[in-house]
Amino acid sequence: MEKTPQTEPRQSWTFSKDVNAEIRRAAATGIYDIRGGGAKRRVPHFDDLLFMGASMSRYPLEGYREKCDTSVTLGTRFAKKPIELKIPVTIAGMSFGSLSGPAKEALGRGATLAGTSTTTGDGGMTEEERGHSEKLVYQYLPSRYGMNPDDLRRADAIEIVVGQGAKPGGGGMLLGQKITERVAGMRDLPVGIDQRSACRHPDWTGPDDLEIKILEIREITNWEKPIYIKIGGARPYYDTALAVKSGADVVVLDGMQGGTAATQDVFIEHVGQPTLACIRPAVQALQDLGMHRKVQLVVSGGIRTGADVAKALALGADAVSIGTAALIALGDNDPKWESEYQKLGTTTGAYDDWHEGRDPAGITTQDPELMKRLDPVAAGRRLQNYLNVLTLECQTLARACGHNHVHNLEPEDLCALTMEAAAMAQVPLAGTNWYPGKPGF
Amino acid sequence: MTNTLDMTQTELRDINSTLQAAAKAQANAEYIITNPRGSHAMACGLDGPLDVTIQGSTGYYCAGMNKEATVTVKGSAGPGVAENMMSGTVTIEGDASQYAGATGHGGLLNIKGNASSRCGISMKGIDIVVHGNIGHMSAFMAQKGNLVVLGNAGDALGDSLYEARLFVRGTVKSLGADCIEKEMRPEHIEILKELLEKAGADAKPEEFKRYGSARKLYNFNIDHADEY
Repeated sequence: MEKTPQTEPRQSWTFSKDVNAEIRRAAATGIYDIRGGGAKRRVPHFDDLLFMGASMSRYPLEGYREKCDTSVTLGTRFAKKPIELKIPVTIAGMSFGSLSGPAKEALGRGATLAGTSTTTGDGGMTEEERGHSEKLVYQYLPSRYGMNPDDLRRADAIEIVVGQGAKPGGGGMLLGQKITERVAGMRDLPVGIDQRSACRHPDWTGPDDLEIKILEIREITNWEKPIYIKIGGARPYYDTALAVKSGADVVVLDGMQGGTAATQDVFIEHVGQPTLACIRPAVQALQDLGMHRKVQLVVSGGIRTGADVAKALALGADAVSIGTAALIALGDNDPKWESEYQKLGTTTGAYDDWHEGRDPAGITTQDPELMKRLDPVAAGRRLQNYLNVLTLECQTLARACGHNHVHNLEPEDLCALTMEAAAMAQVPLAGTNWYPGKPGF
Repeated sequence: MTNTLDMTQTELRDINSTLQAAAKAQANAEYIITNPRGSHAMACGLDGPLDVTIQGSTGYYCAGMNKEATVTVKGSAGPGVAENMMSGTVTIEGDASQYAGATGHGGLLNIKGNASSRCGISMKGIDIVVHGNIGHMSAFMAQKGNLVVLGNAGDALGDSLYEARLFVRGTVKSLGADCIEKEMRPEHIEILKELLEKAGADAKPEEFKRYGSARKLYNFNIDHADEY
């Protein structure tokens, strides 16, 4: 007998395998999912932009002969000693505690070899990091773990962290399994307990207060250090304007693809704006205040390639910052550890339980045996190579657009592949002279 | 010899750089600052033995990040006095505003009057003695050190407390999450006695109650989620 045709089993788009698995996990444990990294959902990004290149109306520079400068100076507004970088890519703040000592050393080594800065994180400044970082930005965080005036003075710049892209408005939690004696000692807390990083600063509540806080920090450090303010991609126009009002030398703007060591997945995926959507409003705020290029803008959150760097600069940033990409360059999520990732119930590229401290690559861990797997010298060299490639790629694109400095890249060099990207980046949809929201249309 | 700096004649930057240089010189010098007029960030970042007396009230962050120096305010202090203090002694003859001694790592903050809300927030080893009352949310997330209150405490004392010790002589309007009254053992009487003596406080250790962390929130437990 002929079989009656049947409909194919159809999975629900709304209740997908991922969604159902999370419902079952939540039902079994009663706790939300915590993970590291940034937003994994697809959002409009730099991939949705293209450079148009030079032709009849633009004159290109010779790729292998003509100079294209990549230097950047951060902190020219008030600081006596601005930071001079050879490349427009910096290493974002990541804490010792979240990362191992060798990983912090490798970040310092790689950044220094490439001529750029690295950044501390929650948990204070380590000797590994200070010793191997020619230029070190010291984060001033709500928790103030390890904060002291000596480290403030031996930093090259100070970054006041108001928020980060993965969790604007949220704090952090370093789980007890990563709280070794050394980590606990630096944070003045007992070994093995969960360490909460506060979501807001303990001694100021708004931009008026922050202005006075910055005055205090400048007084303590003899007005030498550039003061950065790091904000998550929440309300980039007003947040940037208020950061400038508060006295920032540099604004660091982190979009939702920016990583974190450990936060609730619901926070990472549902709070904040994509990096691409944040840049133009921030630049507009700087321009409205007459501060574009006087207060430098550093953009982070999902920077992976020299094309991403060039596109961020073209939209008005002075530099970009990388975190997740830097960890991958060191060796995070490397396929050579696939069998171990599988034992942890995950796979290469998807490993994000950084807070659990069982990283096979020895980077997001405090386990002495796992830490040994990362050679800080070799890893630092890999980071240097990667930073060099980012820079070469950015230069290649800038020359193709006819620019002898990467800062001369401009929105007019770009077009967008999608309506969403056109609206967010405020550059024309490819093949048109229009973008959604363009005045006069 | 006592040096006098007048804030009607000298800029804040010059006053602070003079004090910072004198502290660094390790010369145990004495300075009097006149006419502070509520200026912010006064006598901050001192790093060495120095005696500073401020003749009047100060604004935000007076004596911030102090190390070794002795700073006395002959008036009241604005928000964040002695924030992130490392060592030394800071004395406020009048009242202190919000966040007094916030995140302090060491030394003694001695407030002769009252302290406003969030006194000792995130303290990391500092000793704070308040001769009057303290406001709400004091010692929030306090990690280490001692907070001594001769008067009363406001709402939510010691919320999300870690290992700091809280001693209150008067009433406590309410305790914050995970903060409980604890037994006053002989070692606590000794600590308290010493602190009261150092602060010149007219009180007996036996008159105080001790509060500390129940340590139920140290490791996340879903069964304690309603505590927050």
